[in-house]
Amino acid sequence: MSTTESNGTGGSVASQVASTNGTKASSAKKGSPVGKAATWADERLGLATAAKKNLRKVFPDHWSFMLGEIALWSFVVLLVTGVFLTLWYRPSMAEVTYTGAYDQMRGLHVSEAFASTLDLSFDVRGGLLMRQMHHWAAMLFIAAMMVHLLRVYFTGAFRKPRELNWVIGCLLLLLGTLEGFTGYSLPDDMLSGTGIRAADGFVKSIPVVGTYVSFFLFGGEFPGDSIIPRLYTIHVLLIPGLLLGLIAAHMLLLVYHKHTQWPGPGRTEENVVGYPMLPVYAAKAGGFFFIVFGVTALLGGLFTLNPVWAYGPYDPSKVTAGSQPDWYMGWPDGALRIFPGPPLEYSFFGVTLSLNVFLPIIVLPGLMFTILLLLPFIESWITKDKRDHHLLERPRDAPGRTATMVALMTFYGLMWMAGGNDILAIVFDLSINQITYFLRVAVILGPILAFIITRRWCISLQRKDNEDLLHGYETGIIMRSAQGGFSERHEPLPLDKAYALTQRDPDQPVALERATDENGVPSPTTRSGRIRHRLSSYLHGGGIATPTREELEEAHAHAAHEHELEPAHDGASDRSLTARGENTPH
Amino acid sequence: MTLEQERKQPRLPIEDPGLGEHTWRPTDVDEAKERRAERQVAGLFVFSMVCTVLFVVGYFLIDIGDNWTTFGGLGASTLVLGLSLAGALLSIGVGIIHWARKLMADKEIVEMRHPAASSEEDREATLKALDEGLQESGIARRPLIRNTMIGAVGLLGIPAVVGLRDLGPLPGDKLFSTIWEEGMLLARDVVGTPIRPSDMEIGDLINGQPIALFETDEEGEPLYEGEDLLVNKAKASIVIVRMDPSDNTPAEGRENWAIDGILCYSKICTHVGCPINLYARKTHHLLCPCHQSTFDLSDGARVVFGPAARPLPQLPLAVNEDGYLMAQSDFTEPVGPSFWERG
Ligand code: HEM
Ligand code: FES
Repeated sequence: MSTTESNGTGGSVASQVASTNGTKASSAKKGSPVGKAATWADERLGLATAAKKNLRKVFPDHWSFMLGEIALWSFVVLLVTGVFLTLWYRPSMAEVTYTGAYDQMRGLHVSEAFASTLDLSFDVRGGLLMRQMHHWAAMLFIAAMMVHLLRVYFTGAFRKPRELNWVIGCLLLLLGTLEGFTGYSLPDDMLSGTGIRAADGFVKSIPVVGTYVSFFLFGGEFPGDSIIPRLYTIHVLLIPGLLLGLIAAHMLLLVYHKHTQWPGPGRTEENVVGYPMLPVYAAKAGGFFFIVFGVTALLGGLFTLNPVWAYGPYDPSKVTAGSQPDWYMGWPDGALRIFPGPPLEYSFFGVTLSLNVFLPIIVLPGLMFTILLLLPFIESWITKDKRDHHLLERPRDAPGRTATMVALMTFYGLMWMAGGNDILAIVFDLSINQITYFLRVAVILGPILAFIITRRWCISLQRKDNEDLLHGYETGIIMRSAQGGFSERHEPLPLDKAYALTQRDPDQPVALERATDENGVPSPTTRSGRIRHRLSSYLHGGGIATPTREELEEAHAHAAHEHELEPAHDGASDRSLTARGENTPH
Repeated sequence: MTLEQERKQPRLPIEDPGLGEHTWRPTDVDEAKERRAERQVAGLFVFSMVCTVLFVVGYFLIDIGDNWTTFGGLGASTLVLGLSLAGALLSIGVGIIHWARKLMADKEIVEMRHPAASSEEDREATLKALDEGLQESGIARRPLIRNTMIGAVGLLGIPAVVGLRDLGPLPGDKLFSTIWEEGMLLARDVVGTPIRPSDMEIGDLINGQPIALFETDEEGEPLYEGEDLLVNKAKASIVIVRMDPSDNTPAEGRENWAIDGILCYSKICTHVGCPINLYARKTHHLLCPCHQSTFDLSDGARVVFGPAARPLPQLPLAVNEDGYLMAQSDFTEPVGPSFWERG
């Protein structure tokens, strides 16, 4: 069962294709250079057995499957540019006199870290480009991971057997964010120092151990002289190592499970349809690496990012107005801004509990992350669905799931807005107090509202799909009947599309389970069973079932009858549903 | 149908029409089009080489350093290196993808999936092997060995934690004091000059430091430098404001902390520790730029808005015999963000 079925004609296709794919220079047959190298390697590594299956491994094609690839390639760009930076950057907080090329700062006492960042920017050719590419790639890395995560969630690609890859993906996002924060702190400029100082405040808010953690982290009182070297080790060794390992595991699982695919003709839960790894997929993916690399080069060359020379070296008595962390740290920063202070700090028995900081910046991100991590497990607990899933679902076909993520996104977005409340106030000429009071309410009501609206919206989209299936899609052509009435002409859906639409899983609430005791008497439902039932009824109730074969037949028979009364309309696809709901043969 | 039944035997309202016909691309059937695509791909690769050469030329020709060449306000070097590198990389990428789309076989193929789980036999064989191994080790029969081994390995966690002890000193009471003390002069930040009450008009705000941070010892070496300077600055920074004495409502016990409406507060936000600097002289409100906590300096720096929970600590002021502002004592409470032991 493990061999590739190349659909019969595979071999003959290659010969029909352009002659550039010929056998001259690049054959891998025995005796050719490629073949010899492969034999040499196989005699030592025995790779052929594994490679046999994987060289022509099938990868389905869809634009949204590229998002994870962007994340992967920007990580590679980060490795390359990061190593370049380490050759000049010096992770030391020792005070030196800046003597480099940047006039405005020459003679100032700054930390070695800051001085070497200035050197990278003004004395090393290509250094500024690499710094900016590194920073742009970091943003791209995290943004791509987030959008990729949304894609996986909205299409149900996280379902069994892929839950563990979802968990790995979440860990990657967490580590990537931490990696970004540690990197942002390295130049030891005004903004990054302010960030570290705030981090010290966060740590100190942890009950019982906070002060100790802060002293251990900073090697004494803030700022000390240890934090930058320590963050450096974390940034260039610890987290990249973990990321590398997790990314490898992520990819291995991807290969093992094989990629999910969209429903469609010939695509089932048992197969995977697409292009072979070699050559098409490898070429597209490899080419895409150069594109991601090139785009970061373009961004790094054209757009200044983090001009640390304009901010100046860190000085614990100074701050710039409107200081903002990198965008991906925006939402916890927003939470920090809108949590009210006075009612949340307590002093008792000689200690202080600073919930106004601890809750938004330590507990809330931890909670959000845990929720994210558990989403697949929560869903499968509610649905009691233990089957494997390889066909993707459209967001509308799982209204409860889609609405859940939209609610989380709304929460994230509102918190993120709160992170820019000062900027919003200036841009829209509002009072910062009003924005803050508004957001305090909105972060609670917003997600609830978003959930309800999204769920309804999905259900009406389902209804529309059924309309299209039963009565055809709207062509936009207005017909005038003999009686003078106007109506829009409906055409039956192309068969491929209709089939894809009906291929979806039923979305129904699970029944309330009643266990029976030894005597066969139904016992009262368990508490967890009741909770499950209630959640399931809300998340999965209200969905519209796909029309049955009989309904389709009836609708099409009806349409055919009307059709006869109308002049024939050309352009109808030959692969479309016939009057009896049967398929036209192909 | 119940959900379970339906999941096991999904209805198929429409039969699977099967994979569609493969359609040939123009480059598959038209030799001229194929040639053109081939030339386009090679052209892109050549363009990439040109860009790489440009990169090297730009690297050596364009000045950076003391008098760097600029272009539209940007460093010309960064711009040229970035654009040429981007050109080189993008054209390789576009070239390869163009090649894949136009010239490589585009027939979709089908592969069968198999369950992620191992087969029943494999699973049983593994369990059996595991069981045999465990039997032979006798771990179940010798709880003494098992338990002491778990204990021994578990205990190794302790050195792993203890070994980190020297990451930093214990906090002690370091967070409870700053270098402010009785008689320490207030100095302007940056320049380090002392301040007379008459230097300040109503509505003024001065950023200040203890004068010790600017002093030198007998050999002309600064008293505080490097890390020491930063640590002390991080705690001792102050703001000094002057307001109409009638605007100020001092808290109980703080009636003599101001000098003619001159008040001094810690500059370190009690939220998470940003230095504060945005002052509205009319309302006497001081706003933290980090998360917008707002403190009313005429009312003991009470929090009037935002996420901070405590007022800014106040430094009691006096005037020395030369007429300069000085501290009566250190702050009477810890400055900066809250922490557990703070009380
Ligand atoms: C995987 C994810 C990574 C992320 C998200 C990331 C992020 C960042 C960010 C945002 C900066 C600040 C850049 C600036 O100055 O504007 C930075 C600096 C730096 N990164 Fe990374 N980085 C990553 C990986 C690496 C790796 C693998 C290395 C080296 C092996 C590295 C080495 C450095 C160095 C030396 C700096 C300081 C140089 C400077 O700021 O000019 N980074 N990083
Ligand atoms: S640090 Fe001042 S408001 Fe947060």
